[in-house]
Amino acid sequence: MKRPLTKYIRPGKAPLDLKKYEGVGGYQALRKTLRELKPERVTEIVKNANLNGRGGAGFSTGLKWSFVPMGQDAPSPKYLVANGDEMEPGTFKDRLLLEGNPHQLIEGMIISAFAIQADVAYIFLRWAYKSAARLIKQSIVEAYQAGYLGQNILGTPFSLELQLHTSMGRYICGEETALLNALEGKRATPRAKPPFPQTSGLFGKPTIVNNIETLCCIPHIINNGAAWFRDLSFTHEGGTKIYGVSGKVKRPGTWELPLGTTLQEILEEHAGGMQEGHRFRGVLPGGASTDFLVEDHLDVKLDYESVMNAGSRLGTGTLIVLDDKTCPVGFVHNLQHFFAQESCGWCTPCREGLPWIEKILLSMERGEGQPGDIELLNSHVKYLGPGLTFCALAPGAMEPLQSALKYFGDDFNRHISEKNCPWR
Amino acid sequence: MAKIWIDGRTYKVESADRNLLEVCLTLGLDLPYFCWHPALGSVGACRQCAVKKFKNEKDASGKIVISCMEPVSDDLRISINDPEAKEFRANVIEWLMANHPHDCAVCDEGGECHLQDMTVMTQHNYRRYRFNKRTYNNQYLGPFINHEMNRCIQCYRCVRFYRDYAGGGDLNAFASSNQIYFGRAEDGVLENEFSGNLVEICPTGVFTDKTLKQHYTRKWDLQSAPSVCVHCSLGCNIIAGERYGSLRRILSRYNGSVNGYFLCDRGRFGYDFVNSAQRIEHPLRRNEANDKLEATDKKTILGHTGKLLAKKGKAIGISSPRASLESNFLLRELVGEAHFYQGVSEQEQLLTGRILDILQKGPARSPSLKEVENADAVLILGEDVTNTAPMLALALRQSVRQQPLQAAKELQIPFWHDAAVREVMHNKNGPLFVTATCGTKLDDIAAGTYHATPDEIACLGFAIAHEIDPTAQQVENLTCEQKDLAEKIAAALLSAKKSLIVSGTGCCNTAIIDAAANVSRALHNSGNLADLCYALPESNSLGLALMGGGTLSQAMAAVEQAEAETVIILENDLYRRAEIERVDRFLTRCKKVVVLDHFKSATITKADVLLPAATFAGASGTLVNNEGRAQRFYRVFAPSGDTQESWRWLNELMLFKQKQENGNSINLDDLIAALTKSLPVFKGIEELTPPSGLKVSGTRIPRQSHRYSGRTAMLAHLKVSEPKPPEDRDSPLAFSMEGYRGKPPSSMIPVFWSPGWNSVQSVNKFQIEVGGQLHDGDPGKRLIEPPASRQYPYVINVPEPFTPVENEWLIVPVYHIFGSEEMSGHSPAIAERAPGPYLGLNKEDALKIQLNEGDAADVELAGKMLRLPVKVIPGLPGRVAAFPAGLVWLPYFKLPAVAKIRRSLR
Repeated sequence: MKRPLTKYIRPGKAPLDLKKYEGVGGYQALRKTLRELKPERVTEIVKNANLNGRGGAGFSTGLKWSFVPMGQDAPSPKYLVANGDEMEPGTFKDRLLLEGNPHQLIEGMIISAFAIQADVAYIFLRWAYKSAARLIKQSIVEAYQAGYLGQNILGTPFSLELQLHTSMGRYICGEETALLNALEGKRATPRAKPPFPQTSGLFGKPTIVNNIETLCCIPHIINNGAAWFRDLSFTHEGGTKIYGVSGKVKRPGTWELPLGTTLQEILEEHAGGMQEGHRFRGVLPGGASTDFLVEDHLDVKLDYESVMNAGSRLGTGTLIVLDDKTCPVGFVHNLQHFFAQESCGWCTPCREGLPWIEKILLSMERGEGQPGDIELLNSHVKYLGPGLTFCALAPGAMEPLQSALKYFGDDFNRHISEKNCPWR
Repeated sequence: MAKIWIDGRTYKVESADRNLLEVCLTLGLDLPYFCWHPALGSVGACRQCAVKKFKNEKDASGKIVISCMEPVSDDLRISINDPEAKEFRANVIEWLMANHPHDCAVCDEGGECHLQDMTVMTQHNYRRYRFNKRTYNNQYLGPFINHEMNRCIQCYRCVRFYRDYAGGGDLNAFASSNQIYFGRAEDGVLENEFSGNLVEICPTGVFTDKTLKQHYTRKWDLQSAPSVCVHCSLGCNIIAGERYGSLRRILSRYNGSVNGYFLCDRGRFGYDFVNSAQRIEHPLRRNEANDKLEATDKKTILGHTGKLLAKKGKAIGISSPRASLESNFLLRELVGEAHFYQGVSEQEQLLTGRILDILQKGPARSPSLKEVENADAVLILGEDVTNTAPMLALALRQSVRQQPLQAAKELQIPFWHDAAVREVMHNKNGPLFVTATCGTKLDDIAAGTYHATPDEIACLGFAIAHEIDPTAQQVENLTCEQKDLAEKIAAALLSAKKSLIVSGTGCCNTAIIDAAANVSRALHNSGNLADLCYALPESNSLGLALMGGGTLSQAMAAVEQAEAETVIILENDLYRRAEIERVDRFLTRCKKVVVLDHFKSATITKADVLLPAATFAGASGTLVNNEGRAQRFYRVFAPSGDTQESWRWLNELMLFKQKQENGNSINLDDLIAALTKSLPVFKGIEELTPPSGLKVSGTRIPRQSHRYSGRTAMLAHLKVSEPKPPEDRDSPLAFSMEGYRGKPPSSMIPVFWSPGWNSVQSVNKFQIEVGGQLHDGDPGKRLIEPPASRQYPYVINVPEPFTPVENEWLIVPVYHIFGSEEMSGHSPAIAERAPGPYLGLNKEDALKIQLNEGDAADVELAGKMLRLPVKVIPGLPGRVAAFPAGLVWLPYFKLPAVAKIRRSLR
């Protein structure tokens, strides 16, 4: 099985430094790009590779790049931003790449910047990723020294400045336009779209924001071609995916697997199945802001389309498992606490609705739930849905709640009728 | 135009550059909203204005959309009454009200609260939220604004107005999630000059009028009238509200061509002089035995004054730039044209006269404030508009958006979509060039600034005119910096679609005024129809200039040469117009001094007869603003006692003089008819407002709301029977709560109110289209239109630049929005913000003569020694010192002037 992204990642050990990275073929893709390819060709290859954005939305990366104005008259400077604000609960796959092989990210970024002819690139990093910050800083210095960054990279006309920006730690900064506001030093509230960042992004200039995992795929696509990348996957969506599992499984962790590996295989073969005395009740397939999948869905292939068809989203591809010893109300309360706290406070339903939901769930957990609470929760699910709020945070928060109400409705009712949490 | 369907009905609507919410409101449909504001545009934060949108006629389920974020196009099908949309809107209100304190009973906003109105509109009644409410600490924000954060519903309008629209920096949104806080980083005075608009922008009671709080009354208990601000030359329209004979507050009275929705803080909070303890309440007459002014009654004083005027020896009249046209006119009638003198300094008369001449000759038009907002390249020559004509600065802040807005147009983003437009524009500003004697508050948005002496500014202006049109006079000896700047400014103005030159009387320099005219003429001669906007000193400066009259020196000479014995001084403190010695001598030489004014002043101490003149709040009349727009203001309440309009006093004196003391006092319509007959330049002001006899639907227009309480009881402690309300023979308005409740003519709106719309947002219901003109046109009439012609001669007036000699400094006047204007200076809240006297120096100059901020400096100015604390003023050129103009406690000096400055030895 091919594991291009994680092949050289050795958990618990220092990542490859520049020399070692070059020793295993690092920066060859960059050389090839700068010497042999035109920017438009890079975008075309990436488009053909069917690489979908790994941040959660799953939008075609090549297509996104193709919206950037190119040529002499294009506004300048243009920007590329690597979104490393990995704050989705249960998600830790970018951390593996950031700490495990920072040069792979940097190489991917330089190639991507070349494709859109960006002048400046930023890595926007989650505040808590301290070791990643240290390693990236070090790798950026190495890359500058080796001439992979700065003026006239590898003697070509292409120049790129790359900087690390460590964020102050807000979930909403993972939303690309809120990230851009934060990067500009403004309040991290999402922006209206249009204008899309591709035309009017950072400081009003054309900007591409890509997820860390997405950018790490780029060198491998250039090295091996679009067809090779497509073939890595079990489905028509190209590439491998870093799946992660947390919860009461025997071996929680992350694995790079072909996109479209089934839920069953990941849970049973890679995560080793449930711990003794725990039974599987459900799983959030792609981080906290996705709908529960349950036992009926075990044979669902974990690619963007298949998970969508099963009523959830692949999201970040990191699974959170709910077992029978854990209260689903408490589980969802924990998530809603997070979302309520992380609301940017811009639009009413999210700012006021999420704390209300959280308080209702907490009161249910404390045995203070009241008849009518389920209706209230359902009404929130309905009116915090897509299109009703300014951005996707609140609709995302509603996904685990609505599916929990659907699959574990009895558990919610018992909290109210028994005036207690049955798991305590 | 587009054909759209709303709840099954078809409408033909104007769709270009309009969002769905605007279109619905224009159609008169009630749709609740919070974050959207016609002047601020849409950002989609509150989600309150949701409606159902259908794909086509077959789509039965539809989708909820936020109407303020929705463009309007042909075949748009929506439903406001769709049950799901209604439920969603009720949910939004329920969310907003979850943490609201429900303290309406003790809230200053109550009864005029948009949140109350919208809550009622969405029919949310019973709260389901059973948890503790979020609470905040409030801040001290200065003497103007009260802060009560618990009421906040986080609509973000305050920061969008304060920061994005008004350019303020010290109010911000803090924290996140449901802990969002709107305030300052720490307690302190809100710095922005337009902070008072937060009172109207805030849809609930977070930011309320602190001056109203000092003498609070419920909004529905106010008696109100349409009025015009008297605190600068712009003539912003206001609604003034009274209770129990005291003026309680000022609101903006929407006028799409003038102030729009807003006011400056001087205009909003400067009103309290009306209630001042310094007001003159009774006619006063000097007792010759003890030389004291003693109160008397109206009949006695009229008899006494009438006799004075009937005596031999002519009387002269000194007019006022802060009195109405009517009062000035009747003074002119009383003393005769030949004995009518302008009550302003000779210098000011020269400046305003020059401005009037330029505006009348053209070719440049004087723009309305709305037109100023639409200018796409601006040059300010020597005027610190933030401090002399504040709302002009607010309009200029909008003008710099014009050029960058084109980028949004290219991306097909509609202008109303504020969130998207600001992203595209990204803090880019169009060309605004600021030249001034020191740093100004507009420098932050300026494409270029030039800080120099008034003469140097004038030279730059002439040089710009020459750059634009080489046939305009050339300026010799320009520095490289001046030449480069002139080229840059000329290029920016020439390439603009609608450029604007702003100047004014602030620098007290005729050359600057001429230079501004030259630039505008050069632009016109090059085919660019630039506008030309001058700021003038006072509320009726241009009106007085139109009326004409001799100079103050001539008045003094007339008395000196014994051509006159009696002087009648109209609403004027002459000590603000000329040097103390000259005024002292003048008033001493006058045998009798008759003064009509509102409050005690230095001039009044020399008066023999004092007639208590009503302020704007107790008077009706007409003012002409800097645009040349004549505007009518009306009495808010009938002043107590013998206080009455100056023009009424003057009319009664005239009747007395004509031995018709029992004749009927004139009414405003007749007075205006006489005025326009005698002075045709004012033709048209008779049509500003409907005649006093107007009745709408058979009744008059009430000044009191239909909820006005205590009418029968409020004077019961004096007399049990309800007194007859005062009559108003001068307007269609009545001092009553009975009368027409619909939409009165635009110029006659005493308060904006519509069923279900108790807050200021009800102005929507009075506009032809939301954000557009009032329903029968914006009030006011332009009296000056430049003639159409092709070639315009240039003024030749390049001054010799000031070259300082040893220990000599050029003292220039600097202005303070709070403090430089006379009447607002008598209002406690404004006085609190006014600076004390000081001498401004730049840092280097101060150090050269070993002075630090706060040190005392001895200034030898016009033969007088002044000891003043030093204030360091950024941007002041070398060898130039600043002197605060108009402060109540500083004597008059003719400025600019050369002075000697040294460190005070004490």
